[in-house]
Amino acid sequence: MSVDATALDSYPEESQPLPTRQHLTGFGFYIYLLSDGILFAALFAAFAVLRGATDGGPDSHALFSARNAFIETACLLTSSFTCGIAMLACDRRNRFMALVGFLVTAVLGVMFLTLEVREFAALIAQGAGPDRSAFLSSFFTLVSTHGIHVTCGLLWLTVLLVQFLGRGFTPAMVRRFLCFSLFWHVLDVVWIAIFTFVYLMGGYL
Amino acid sequence: MRLPNWPRAALKTSIAIACASLSACEEGVLVPKGPVGAQEKQLLLEALIPMLMVITPIILLTLWFAWWFRASNARAKYRPRWEYSGHIEFSIWMIPLLIILFLGTLAWVGAHQLDPYRPLVSSRKPVRVEVVAMDWRWLFIYPDQGVASVNELAIPTGTPISLQLTSATVMDSFFVPELGGQIYAMPGMETKLSLLADQAGSYRGISAQFSGDGFSDMHFQVLATDDKAFNAWVDHVKAAGTRLDDAAYNQLASERSTGGTLYYASITNDLFAHAMDIATRRPSTAGAASPAHAGAMLTAGPTEH
Amino acid sequence: MFGKLTLQAIPFDQPIIMGTCMVLIIGILAILGLITYKQKWQWLWTEWLTTVDHKRIGIMYTLLAMVMLLRGFSDAIMMRSQQALASGNARGFLPPEHYDQIFSAHGTIMIFFMAMPFVVGLMNFVVPLQIGARDVAFPVLNSVSFWLTAAGSLLINISLGVGEFARTGWLAYPPLSELSFSPGVGVDYYLWSLQIAGVGTLLSGVNLITTILKLRAPGMTLSRMPVFSWTALAANMLIVAAFPVLTATFAMLIADRYLGMHFFTNDGGGNPMMYINLIWAWGHPEVYILILPAFGVFSEVIATFSRKPLFGYRSMVVATMAITLLAFTTWLHHFFTMGSGADVNGFFGITTMVIAIPTGVKIFNWLFTIYGGRIRFTSPVLWTIGFMVTFTIGGMTGVLMAVPPADFVLHNSLFLIAHFHNVIIGGVVFGCFAGLTYWFPKAFGFRLHEGLGKAAFWCWFIGFYLAFMPLYVLGFMGMTRRMNHYDDPAWLPYLLVAECGAVFILIGILLQITQLVWSIHKRDELSKDARDPWDARTLEWSTTSPPPAYNFALLPKVEGLDAYWEAKQGAEASPQKAYEPIEIPKNSGLGFMVSFFAVIGGFGMIWHIWWMGIVALLGFIALLIGRSWDEHDEYELMPSDIARLERAGVHAS
Repeated sequence: MSVDATALDSYPEESQPLPTRQHLTGFGFYIYLLSDGILFAALFAAFAVLRGATDGGPDSHALFSARNAFIETACLLTSSFTCGIAMLACDRRNRFMALVGFLVTAVLGVMFLTLEVREFAALIAQGAGPDRSAFLSSFFTLVSTHGIHVTCGLLWLTVLLVQFLGRGFTPAMVRRFLCFSLFWHVLDVVWIAIFTFVYLMGGYL
Repeated sequence: MRLPNWPRAALKTSIAIACASLSACEEGVLVPKGPVGAQEKQLLLEALIPMLMVITPIILLTLWFAWWFRASNARAKYRPRWEYSGHIEFSIWMIPLLIILFLGTLAWVGAHQLDPYRPLVSSRKPVRVEVVAMDWRWLFIYPDQGVASVNELAIPTGTPISLQLTSATVMDSFFVPELGGQIYAMPGMETKLSLLADQAGSYRGISAQFSGDGFSDMHFQVLATDDKAFNAWVDHVKAAGTRLDDAAYNQLASERSTGGTLYYASITNDLFAHAMDIATRRPSTAGAASPAHAGAMLTAGPTEH
Repeated sequence: MFGKLTLQAIPFDQPIIMGTCMVLIIGILAILGLITYKQKWQWLWTEWLTTVDHKRIGIMYTLLAMVMLLRGFSDAIMMRSQQALASGNARGFLPPEHYDQIFSAHGTIMIFFMAMPFVVGLMNFVVPLQIGARDVAFPVLNSVSFWLTAAGSLLINISLGVGEFARTGWLAYPPLSELSFSPGVGVDYYLWSLQIAGVGTLLSGVNLITTILKLRAPGMTLSRMPVFSWTALAANMLIVAAFPVLTATFAMLIADRYLGMHFFTNDGGGNPMMYINLIWAWGHPEVYILILPAFGVFSEVIATFSRKPLFGYRSMVVATMAITLLAFTTWLHHFFTMGSGADVNGFFGITTMVIAIPTGVKIFNWLFTIYGGRIRFTSPVLWTIGFMVTFTIGGMTGVLMAVPPADFVLHNSLFLIAHFHNVIIGGVVFGCFAGLTYWFPKAFGFRLHEGLGKAAFWCWFIGFYLAFMPLYVLGFMGMTRRMNHYDDPAWLPYLLVAECGAVFILIGILLQITQLVWSIHKRDELSKDARDPWDARTLEWSTTSPPPAYNFALLPKVEGLDAYWEAKQGAEASPQKAYEPIEIPKNSGLGFMVSFFAVIGGFGMIWHIWWMGIVALLGFIALLIGRSWDEHDEYELMPSDIARLERAGVHAS
């Protein structure tokens, strides 16, 4: 009974090509990033609800440092820029520039994390840790979820660069760099939201 | 003329079901004893009857179509290409839309009329009761009468009862099926409910939100009586002799027990505020759980933090 | 060294649990022994444990669902029995500490480990075949998703014998689920197993959206896609949008319990109401994730067995998408009684009702698909008709409770229980069984025995009505949910009828097990016409049964709706086209190994065995890095091999 294979005319040579693996992976990764955005949205919502729940403890005015947040923002935004440079170099298959761009991105990312960890340590030392109040719980959770994402990104970038040194621009490496850069840029966007809603609106406006 | 077999069977079954369901006409939500419950029941029926009028034909049509268009029925017209009709498409969007317009209006108006926070209109002065849900009993504080009771809510008939509710521990839900209304009681928060009993009687109240192992026993009695009997009840409670001050309240709230009726002859002024406040304090011991809570105590061990 | 874990964690003093565990352990050992005896370990590893083939993964999901159905149903019949015995404040046979775990486990298992895997399994198996694709977009990720779900389910099963389960209900409302009121490991088992499974589901959502949007066969525009694939798209969009909220909310509760934070605690400014809002913002879309694919199954089944196209395809698609969007606007109806105010309650009451409009449209469309058809009453059709009657009633009671003041007297009562079982059993479960019976021959090459299937349907159908119609009455009589015992004797007759219903359903389940075993035994007789036993309409039926690993040797070119049906009507042989090499993903043990570490890590975190958690995390990271090292994860199937496989397959079918 072979009604099937022939009755459904199939024209592999005339058909529209199916998407490339790069396209598929990029698209799927983008959908994942949207879902991550919703994760952050839920954490932002919790922060919005709990921002006043200080349980008699310190609030954002008392705790947040404009200078620190600004430097963190500068680091992260610059790292996004250098990531963009690296991706342009990828497109041109320029090994050196890609390496430099990603390395600078990594260094800036590490600087960002260092500043953030120092901020957290200082807060905890002065008795304003995440267990002090609901406001602080939501602050720490929101900001450190972002920080954990950045950490994972840096770990990922390290592995990618080690692999890159060995094998150069294979299709898989290009695909992975694409995903990494999407990830890194989205983290930047999330940070801008954090900087605005948590630090600026919480502390200064 | 005898009905054919299956309609007779169907009729008998319907009567049997109706009789069985009539128990629901003897107790519970469909026999309200107050205006709140009565209005809620009316709303229920106003929503239910039109919907039944719509879904009954649909269900019958489903069964009839399936039967009529069975493959072995040569009399049924086979329409192998019939997959769209503008008229039908219009109707099948319109019918649900119209029903929902009607029901939506009911919902909006009803939600406002029967808002638990809306005080009941009455010529009589409301009786205020402050309710604290505990594990697993109900404390009723009468600030104007200066007494309190556990698991017994006495109210005068024909008088609006103004309830303020909170919880000592976890989420609970205050519900007297025969008086209608239902509102959560939450720790550190205050909710409100207005009720009224038209008829005298003894009604069952429950918690409708699961709160732990003693939940099934967390019920209370509502004694709706005339004014004379209500005042007599207040006097009876005053004769009980115990005072409910902050310390006594703390003790009461920390006992994880069920059942029993208790009376308190006098109370402090801001007991309710104290109850709300104490619920939001840190537990005095880390992982403050008594053995009753862990049940078979399978996992005893040092809790973190 | 072992955190909170001691030998006391095993409930030696509880005979029911110990008995169950003994039976389970013996059963598992028997299965392991059988595999060893038949020397099937290699086969199991290469054909099933490391497969990345969507068809096999779909089958494994479905198998998991059916196994967990047994566990969830055992909980159910224990609950019914307890309530039938505990009248007049008799204690029954289940003390509250145990009973509370049973109803919590019942809900958790049925939703997360029975209904979700069943639905995801059907979508996994069918969608790529139906859209003319070779596999899902990310086959290895698909395997990881399945194994993460399996890991979650393993953890929850371990809680039966080691420790305890949550005693909070299936959604673990705080403050009851916080450390101060639930200090044991029960809530931790709940949280970790669901977090792990939730990640799996989310990844599956990403996978299927990409598959449906990007891998349809040439010519299959979205408006030519079968309705089941549309509902799968809708459900997966809901998954991607809703599950992150669940992950975030559980992460917050974990933070409260493990790091002393104050999201939902009573002290420190915590806000338990926020948990309820967040969890239902996930919870309501979740039920649409479950029901939409079931709706899709019914659409396929009724069209096939009426021998007509589905009536009103376009409005079906519009209605599906409308439901998807509206699913996010209704969540507050789960807590009208929390005192949010009349405006808020009224608003959400209206939005809840609005979602009944597209649902009603679908019912009408199915009705008019039947009209003018030639219906064959196979068991999938019985499930479908049973659904149309039952779900309509359940939908009605839902709209009833969407009127806030009506909800005030019915919230958390047995009326509510009856309503949601009405729509979940009548909708999701009936749909899954219909889909299982319908697509079984495609998956295995032989049909399920019809007679036993029909008998099982009638038992389920009668059992459902006996079990749940009395609960509507009890709700009116003022009985609330989760009661371990009660003192109103008027309730007893209804609970006894409900118990009868549970027994009927038990018989139905036993019949289904018998059907499976018997069908395997008689598979030679039942394999006639297995390629297209129902004379169906959509592309998945054009392959052999079971389809080859690559699904289609040549990707079909689609020119309209019901592509396979049209092809059958105008069957003309066209010249054989040349095969091109097909890239097939290699098997991968990543999913299985990730799941292994997930179980270890979850167990470690539950029992505060921190080194175990760290080891699992490091193992997981090492796995990912190791996996990424090899770029060659596909192999090519050459045209000559394809031709050979095609010839063999055609002869076999």
